[in-house]
Amino acid sequence: MSIPEYFADSYDIAVIGGGHAGIEAALAGARLGVKTIMFTITLDWVGNMPCNPSIGGTAKGHVVRESDGVGGEMGKAADANTLQSRMLNRGKGPAVYSLRAQIDRRRYSEYMKHAVELQENLDVKQAEIVKIEKCENGWKLVTNLGAVYETKTAIFATGTFLGGRIYVGEVNYEAGPDGCFPAKELSNSIKELGIPLRRFKTGTPARVLKDSIDFSSLELQEGDSDTVPFSFKTKKQPENKVVCHIAYTNDETKKVILDNIHRSPLYAGVIEGVGPRYCPSIEDKIVRFADKKRHQLFIEPCGENTEEMYLQGMSSSLPEEVQIKFYHTIKGLENVKIMRNAYAIEYDCVDPIALKASLEFKDFEGLFGAGQFNGSSGYEEAAAQGLIAGINAAKKVKNEEPLVLSRASSYIGTLIDDLVTKGCSDPYRMMTSRSEYRLLLRQDNADDRLMPIGYDLGLIDKETYNEFLIKREQKEMEIERIKSTFIPPSKELNDLLISLETTPTDTGVSLESLIKRPQLDYKCLEKFDKNRPQLSADVCEKVQIEIKYEGYIKRQQAQINETLRLESKLIPNDINYDDVYGLRLEAKEKLNKVRPANIGQAERISGVSPSDISVLLIYLRKR
Amino acid sequence: MSEKTVAAISTAPGEGGIAVIRISGDTAIDVADKCFKSFSGKTLSTLKGYTALYGQVFFENTVIDDAVALVFLAPKSFTGENTVEISVHGGRLVALEALRVVLNCGAALAENGEFTKRAFLNGKLDLASAESIMEIISAKNETALKISRNAKNGRISKEIGKIIDKLLELAASFSVYSDYPDEEIENLNPETFKNTLSEIKATLKRLLDTYDTGKVIREGIDCSIVGKPNVGKSSLMNILCKTDRSIVTDVAGTTRDIVESTVLLDGITLILSDTAGIHKTEDIVEKAGVDRSIKRLKNSSLVIAVFDISRPFDNDDLSLIDELPVNAIIVLNKNDLTCAADLSVFKDKKTVMFSAKENSGIKELSKMITDTVKSGSISENDAVLISERQRNCANRAYLSICEAENAMNIGVTLDAVGVCIDDCLAALLELTGKRVTNEVTDEVFKRFCVGK
Repeated sequence: MSIPEYFADSYDIAVIGGGHAGIEAALAGARLGVKTIMFTITLDWVGNMPCNPSIGGTAKGHVVRESDGVGGEMGKAADANTLQSRMLNRGKGPAVYSLRAQIDRRRYSEYMKHAVELQENLDVKQAEIVKIEKCENGWKLVTNLGAVYETKTAIFATGTFLGGRIYVGEVNYEAGPDGCFPAKELSNSIKELGIPLRRFKTGTPARVLKDSIDFSSLELQEGDSDTVPFSFKTKKQPENKVVCHIAYTNDETKKVILDNIHRSPLYAGVIEGVGPRYCPSIEDKIVRFADKKRHQLFIEPCGENTEEMYLQGMSSSLPEEVQIKFYHTIKGLENVKIMRNAYAIEYDCVDPIALKASLEFKDFEGLFGAGQFNGSSGYEEAAAQGLIAGINAAKKVKNEEPLVLSRASSYIGTLIDDLVTKGCSDPYRMMTSRSEYRLLLRQDNADDRLMPIGYDLGLIDKETYNEFLIKREQKEMEIERIKSTFIPPSKELNDLLISLETTPTDTGVSLESLIKRPQLDYKCLEKFDKNRPQLSADVCEKVQIEIKYEGYIKRQQAQINETLRLESKLIPNDINYDDVYGLRLEAKEKLNKVRPANIGQAERISGVSPSDISVLLIYLRKR
Repeated sequence: MSEKTVAAISTAPGEGGIAVIRISGDTAIDVADKCFKSFSGKTLSTLKGYTALYGQVFFENTVIDDAVALVFLAPKSFTGENTVEISVHGGRLVALEALRVVLNCGAALAENGEFTKRAFLNGKLDLASAESIMEIISAKNETALKISRNAKNGRISKEIGKIIDKLLELAASFSVYSDYPDEEIENLNPETFKNTLSEIKATLKRLLDTYDTGKVIREGIDCSIVGKPNVGKSSLMNILCKTDRSIVTDVAGTTRDIVESTVLLDGITLILSDTAGIHKTEDIVEKAGVDRSIKRLKNSSLVIAVFDISRPFDNDDLSLIDELPVNAIIVLNKNDLTCAADLSVFKDKKTVMFSAKENSGIKELSKMITDTVKSGSISENDAVLISERQRNCANRAYLSICEAENAMNIGVTLDAVGVCIDDCLAALLELTGKRVTNEVTDEVFKRFCVGK
């Protein structure tokens, strides 16, 4: 029986989904002054974290800071609700320092819900979208209650809700994450438009009762003493309110899992969705890394006002009774009480090759995708795409050119370019190794790279931008000062140099060359540097990194310039690859599908070989 | 749209046993069917790849010659296109006539290097291999040819491939280490890292050295013959030029100037220059010649110094000895007469007893020359860099590795070392043409004349 429909309202942007991608999309659209609505299946879980109660991590921390520079909300929300903060990879080099924070899950969600509620130009509506159709001025969305919304643009930010199905051992049922309803009908409507969907899956571990854990036998993991926030705007140093713990699996855990592996829906072949290679379930880890003696797991609090603890690294889709058995094999968890079981969830998503770098569908004007819908995994990756999709939907409405971030500008640009150029065969997770420009795309300079863009867009306010400009100038002046500062020889200086195992000096030496020595840093030379100005910690960090790594940064800049030359060779829109003599069949198919904007992008498409590129270049020269 | 079908005689000119006319392009088989009739009555278009028919090439009912036509179907051919190779009986005229027939049937005449260009553009050859084929075509001597053949078979690409794999392994181990900070991954051992870097450095160095030696083999080495007047320089030059491998060119100079000859000596091309006699003189014209000789001596890659041992050495002899480079070859001429000179002044220099008059010592001298020139020796099976472009890439790779090693040694963090490794990788990928850059495409344009 079809539902009687009624016309409800019309918008410029309609965002389908209120998760990390949906929130950023809706906020960005509304902040850019266009009339926006965000639909969510349940208003109680806007900005939910159905997996880790944490934000950041390797490369993901970079993405959060970059989103913050463009004008996203995630960094601020994370800072406001941090339970514990750590800078990972200290000692491995500034390119890979990565900020990660444990987050109070409920408070984060509350913060985000309130942020979208307060936002001007933005309506928030609890409803399930069941149908999408083309209409005269754009797109027509229909809710499960028959309300019809017309919108110029629509953004899919459906996460794991779209066609969601949960698996626990032999049991499976239609569901969204954390006991929410799934979006059951929208998938069919999307397919009817002619957009093919595919199945991906992801999983989450159990949440257990804090009181049932024996912490005395676990390793403690504390936060950093000198914590730093994600957002440029956050002035308060995040406080460490909780600690985490580390536990290990053992032979017994392995045995329980292997004895029951046939009951895993994954190994029994019930799940068709492809899981994330870089975030495997515990049964996956045990099967794939059979020689590893033990696997680490992290026990993380879900919030200040809850006794639920998250077991990072132990996601599983084995039956509940098997879960209880293998969690109990772990030292410290012998008597642990499971409050929520681990599960795998399978959902519908698109092949992101169907999208342009603006995140708009190539063949469906006004339709955008973001987050897990585009095949990515992770809150941070989702938020960044939501932000870009929201910005570009607003630009579409205003008839402006889309914002496309280059690979050389950011991890966000890299993420989107990877998705729309290479596609993904499993949920795409950001990693530092995805970028060829790690040393330039650091978390410390995310604001330098992106805040001017955020300001030009209108998503960064004047006051913040001025503060940014002042800090940038301070940094530049300090670098200049250091380059012209000479440190005279002294016994004190030589004592320090010798104690840090570096060559002493008889004649004195430039401050710059001292800072460049790997054994020394900006801070330890303070007392020899009489005219040093008082600068904030973030400026000092930038100064130190830019001086120390100057030569390498220049080298990388040269690499970027080299690639830019290929990026600047544009491919005309009307090119028909079937006409290009000498292209191999596979290359023709791939190029026709991806329709790259320039030679640089064409080169990154898998299945397009260097000789294909030469052929293409020669064809373009001859044209 | 497709590229036109082209044809050319693909065997070397001259009276061989057979000559092959290669036709390549979409319509190659149709073209061949128009001018080739098999004795069995089958047409070439019915054939599978790698099969042949025996028949005749004809033009307007006139038979040109009996022939075998071999069919290759795209992409399984040298060019990656449909190809027919028609073998006719050797003889320039027959081959030319057959080619003319093929061109009349719709093929265009292939440009120089066109088959190679097509093979490259169709992805059948990487750039390094394509370059080496161009070298084969223009090889001046046996060794150059052999080396180019090796390069064509992918020796360079294989050698570079091995280095690339090692570099990628390094890059990957750093990525795991930084992307999974919470996992229990063993800390990277800087020593292993350093060892791999120095291994790669050594390999690149070796490869770079091959370029200079390879260049000598391809282009020849400039060698000057110096000595006082009348010690037998010109006689030596004449003897060298009369060795069985015959003179290639002769450029005559003016009196008191330099005379050049190109000779082949055991597979090495020597560009010999006979210089004016070096001695103290007040004559202005003579002095200019002497100065030029000394300049030449300094700039030559190889110096052969001739001395007359039938007379004691005078000051001119001794001051010449001082001017000689370390690897100069000393020819002690007039060995047929009694030795009156003190040979101990040559210390550990390479000397050879010689008599221009009796034509003795030439074998020893030849061997000494080839030994000296080949001291950076390359065996014919080695991977050898064969173009300035390749050398340039390899050199960039080498410098990046040195930088990476240096950074490791002073304790710079691995993320920065990684930047140098990336540079090295980029240069090596460019060398084999696996990474497209403007330089690569320019090279393609230059080498294969793919103009507008």
